[in-house]
Amino acid sequence: MTVAESPIAVSGLTKSYGPTRALDGLDLEVSAGEVHGFLGPNGSGKSTTIRVLLGLLRADGGHTRLLGGDPWRDATTLHRRLAYVPGDVTLWPNLTGGEVIDMLGRMRGGLDRARRAALLERFDLDPRKKGRTYSKGNRQKVALVAALASDVELLLLDEPTSGLDPLMEEVFRSCVAEERRRGRTVLLSSHVLAEVEALCDRVSIIRDGRTVESGSLTDLRHLTRTSITAELASPPAGLDALPGVHDLAVEGSRVRCEVDAEALDGLLRRFTDHGVRSLVCRPPTLEQLFLRHYAQAEPEPAFR
Amino acid sequence: MITGTWPLIRLALRRDRIRLPIWLVLLVLIPSVTPPSFAALFPTDAARASYAAGLAANPALVSIQGPIYGTDLGALSAARVLTISAVLVALLSVLTVIRHTRAEEEAGRRELLGATVVGRHAGLAAALTIVVGCDVLVAAGVTAGFVGAGLPFAGSVAAGLALASAGVVFAAVAAVAAQLTESPRAATGIGLAALGATYVLRAAGDTGSAPWLSWVSPLGWPALVRPFTGERWWVLALAVAVAVALGAVAFALSARRDLAAGVLPARLGPAAASPALGGPLALAWRLQRGGLLGWTAGFVLAGAAFGGVAQGIEALLESSPDTIELLRQLAGGGDLVDVFLAAEFGILGLLASAFAITATLRLRSEETDGRAEVVLSTAVGRVRWASSHLLVALLGPTLALLGAGVAAGLVRGVAVGDVAGQVPRLVGGALAQVPAVWVLAGLALALFGVLPQWVVGAWGVLVTFLLFGQFGRLLQLPQWVLNLSPFTHLPRTLDGGDIAVAPLLWLLVVAAALVTVGLVGFRRRDAG
Repeated sequence: MTVAESPIAVSGLTKSYGPTRALDGLDLEVSAGEVHGFLGPNGSGKSTTIRVLLGLLRADGGHTRLLGGDPWRDATTLHRRLAYVPGDVTLWPNLTGGEVIDMLGRMRGGLDRARRAALLERFDLDPRKKGRTYSKGNRQKVALVAALASDVELLLLDEPTSGLDPLMEEVFRSCVAEERRRGRTVLLSSHVLAEVEALCDRVSIIRDGRTVESGSLTDLRHLTRTSITAELASPPAGLDALPGVHDLAVEGSRVRCEVDAEALDGLLRRFTDHGVRSLVCRPPTLEQLFLRHYAQAEPEPAFR
Repeated sequence: MITGTWPLIRLALRRDRIRLPIWLVLLVLIPSVTPPSFAALFPTDAARASYAAGLAANPALVSIQGPIYGTDLGALSAARVLTISAVLVALLSVLTVIRHTRAEEEAGRRELLGATVVGRHAGLAAALTIVVGCDVLVAAGVTAGFVGAGLPFAGSVAAGLALASAGVVFAAVAAVAAQLTESPRAATGIGLAALGATYVLRAAGDTGSAPWLSWVSPLGWPALVRPFTGERWWVLALAVAVAVALGAVAFALSARRDLAAGVLPARLGPAAASPALGGPLALAWRLQRGGLLGWTAGFVLAGAAFGGVAQGIEALLESSPDTIELLRQLAGGGDLVDVFLAAEFGILGLLASAFAITATLRLRSEETDGRAEVVLSTAVGRVRWASSHLLVALLGPTLALLGAGVAAGLVRGVAVGDVAGQVPRLVGGALAQVPAVWVLAGLALALFGVLPQWVVGAWGVLVTFLLFGQFGRLLQLPQWVLNLSPFTHLPRTLDGGDIAVAPLLWLLVVAAALVTVGLVGFRRRDAG
């Protein structure tokens, strides 16, 4: 624990629903002022984690600290300092969007009227409509405006853009970027890779209730493999014996393979021994990174 | 256009596999137990004739339960249950049709199905098929019950079909209502308003100088079929014709509107919340005020009706010494008018408990629908949030009972020229129900806090207590079983001096304990 405690510090969190283990030793650390991407396949435990952080669910085990307090015991006081947008927003059918925004703001302990008006404008939301008449995207906008217009330190956003159109996603991104400039901390659960790449300082990837990766995007890129296609002066031998080289295909003097970041040096040295005629390197894409983790059979040890 | 109706029917039956059977059992049981109990109450021709004469001479009672046409057991039973059971059958129709049409559309589930091979009228067709099926089952069950009690076959069939016809007509009324508004609550409101209006029409027709009013009211028709007293089968055809016409209107409207839209345009609301809407209590009030006003209005009307009926009973007693004797046997000592009013307040107590359970279980529906999660993620604590709806559940029924007591006291007081004396007595009699009502609210809250998946059990308990009260003596249940019901411990008199206060205080203690269990349980469990 550092001197200034992280807004979110979770370690070894476990939570079971009957026989199903939803969280199985999850770790999550979000530093003050950062936008933290929270990624994982459906059902991996993202929403469960956020609900534990909100004190809606009681953790079975592990250590959970939120804004320096205990999310279960101190829920009410902590909630004055955060705002939450659920992934599936349901509204009261007979309350208008504007009423819901005001009411939630007051329940949190304050709403910035000017920001409320500006956000309604930017999200192009009619606050006079009744809850039952809003589409999924518009219900999400109501929750977003209510959260973003509140005076809070921490935003917990659970797939907040899943119902928004691309134009509104762009508005959302600029809003989150502003929040970061204001020094607010954001935990953003998302499936939209472009959004994560554009907004997040650091990400945590979870699977089956466990953290499988955590770090900055640059860190994570290092973890994955680079695709290499090379034309050498002479046919190479013994490349398959090198550590960290995968999916190797050698056709005469032509080589294609995937290489772990730490094995690049060794491989390139071997290439230059043979003489390099041409070389194409493709950096790992985020998609590859995520797909690898989403589809993986066995979780690897967490990266710190 | 109605492709896919059959899968929708099966889906709806799957969703209602507990709800519908409970309704059907009650709808068959209530009429079916009447002939045996009347046979026990009025064993001789003279007793039955006296009862029939007394009833026919009592416009207030006729306005509530419908006219009487004969003096045999069948006629007595039909007079007692036909109109009131018709209201219940119609209620099931309205609630079920809206539930499987407009409510599905609002929830967006209909849209999901609409993208599959399901015609645009399939939802409506499925809902109507289910309700008509239920009505046929009610008709069959009631017929069997009456025949089993030894009543003539033709009259039993007529009584069963008369009840079913009311159900079919109101299914069609609800089908039209479901097309009009976007909100299922508003659609249900239209259906219930039609139910109330037709009930008042037939009450006026049955008692006043304009009998044609009963003929324009579908709730007047079951009695006008006259089971056991020269059955008029063609009245059933009238009901079917009206139902078919309304059904055609519903399908025509359904064809003209967009999915999820109503024929009546949706209105815009305020862009900002009023300053009062800032906490969970204000939210609970906003969500429940409509129900509270509706229940209170109903209770005030019922109280006024009971106050009026009581006057009639006095008149009836003067002319019919036999009935005095019978009622004495039923009620024991005390002023008969008081005994009658106390019994009616007992029924209101059961209804008020239903209101209390509904209001309390709003917590559960808010939770399962995901709206509680948003509120609980703000600075609103769990106990504060749960208390908000609980407060409505405790004070709402109290207010409704108070309204009933005041209305009954005013009507009765004006009749006997003693408003200042009657109002406090009858208010006291109505409010005496409150401790038992709070026990049921507490029970619902305890289930919500500790066994949230089993909150529906609160309804099962209320129905059990209702059956204890209505049939406990008839079934000769042991006293300790009857004592389980809080309603057993309520006073059966309006005479303040004779009311035992201790049981009422104990009920309050039980209610408080249940509330505590519920709140503590909810604080400890997972929410959402």
